[in-house]
Amino acid sequence: MHVDTAISVKVSPSEETHELELIRRIQNGEREVFYELVQPYQRRVYAAAFAVLRNPADAEDAAQEAILKAFAHIGQFRSESRFSTWLIQIAINEARMRRRREHAGIMQPIGEHQDEEGTYIPREFPDWREIPSESLERAEVRELLLEALASLGDKYREIFVLRDVHHLSIEEVAGTLGISRASVKTRLLRARLMLRDLLAPKMSSGWFSRESFPKGNKPW
Amino acid sequence: MVVTCEQVWQEISNYIESDLDPSLRTALDEHFHICPGCASILAGTRNVVQLYGDERLFQLPLGFSGRLQKKLAHEMPPKRGTIYGWVVAAAAVAIIAGGIALSRPKPSIPFEVRSPLAKPGKHVPAKLTVLVAGDSKIFHIAGCDLLRARDGRIRSMSAEQAEHEGYVPCIRCLGKYLSSVTLEFLKRHFSSGALA
Repeated sequence: MHVDTAISVKVSPSEETHELELIRRIQNGEREVFYELVQPYQRRVYAAAFAVLRNPADAEDAAQEAILKAFAHIGQFRSESRFSTWLIQIAINEARMRRRREHAGIMQPIGEHQDEEGTYIPREFPDWREIPSESLERAEVRELLLEALASLGDKYREIFVLRDVHHLSIEEVAGTLGISRASVKTRLLRARLMLRDLLAPKMSSGWFSRESFPKGNKPW
Repeated sequence: MVVTCEQVWQEISNYIESDLDPSLRTALDEHFHICPGCASILAGTRNVVQLYGDERLFQLPLGFSGRLQKKLAHEMPPKRGTIYGWVVAAAAVAIIAGGIALSRPKPSIPFEVRSPLAKPGKHVPAKLTVLVAGDSKIFHIAGCDLLRARDGRIRSMSAEQAEHEGYVPCIRCLGKYLSSVTLEFLKRHFSSGALA
């Protein structure tokens, strides 16, 4: 059985050229086109801030502040890294600064003090084989996913969001967070397994399927 | 190669990312075929990656873009002036300066009477309508016997304007007028017997 779910969202060459052209124009003083540059990344910046702060209102404030900081410092951006990576790094830093300042981590997240060296043992649950993509259309499913994500420890949640939500490469995640590639892979594995443990009982027990499909007629 | 469940769990993430040696990958594939527990864990983990990678999960709060654009607009530096802008600004300054200059009181311009022997009139009400003949040097009030024009051209204007143009009041009609006006004034205000 070959399962290939490696997801990689790459910017097309023409989009990349357009992006670089926009950056050049902004750096030369045409600052009014900045929104055109950041507009495709708003959601990612917000998600990055949410990954750290776990609160929509704080995440919006941090995301907007991060974009304003990127605007103020666009002159310092060098094309050695992708613009999206640079922007998300600013968002992560901004959100972390706010978290430190506001002591947002009142709720003790799971796995925060867990030993990374030991083997993580996944729990046994009934099969959660397939997820109809339509389930994401439902607000309660999205809330459940966000709650589960918010309950992860910071070091797992940030890596998971950068890799599986933003689709940064392992190297880019390591660079953004300033940790080794091996640490990224270890924490990513744990984050994925922990989320699976949090979600499988709810997603596989028919919680969300009960309303959509008649008994005995589920597609999985 | 035979792998244990524990080894499989450690490699599930790499398996999903297709980041495994071919031999290890084959071993995991075989394991998933014989171990429903690990196959279930794989399916669940794969679902996690799939669901969280979906763009619909993180929806921007309503109005996020509008608020962001407003903040960015606030941060925009003021635009540098174009030539057209400078011309418009200069014109505006000229209009304002002109308006101020026009609104200031005009300095009185000394005038010369038309006759070197005549004296400018005194106490003639400035708004009084007077008449002048084109070739004359004197202004009159209507009905004055001395108002005559050879060419028939008689103009009316205010006494102030007439004085400005160098005309002097007619001794006969304006003398009478001023006397009567002055007398009326004195009668009205001093009728209590001050004049008696």
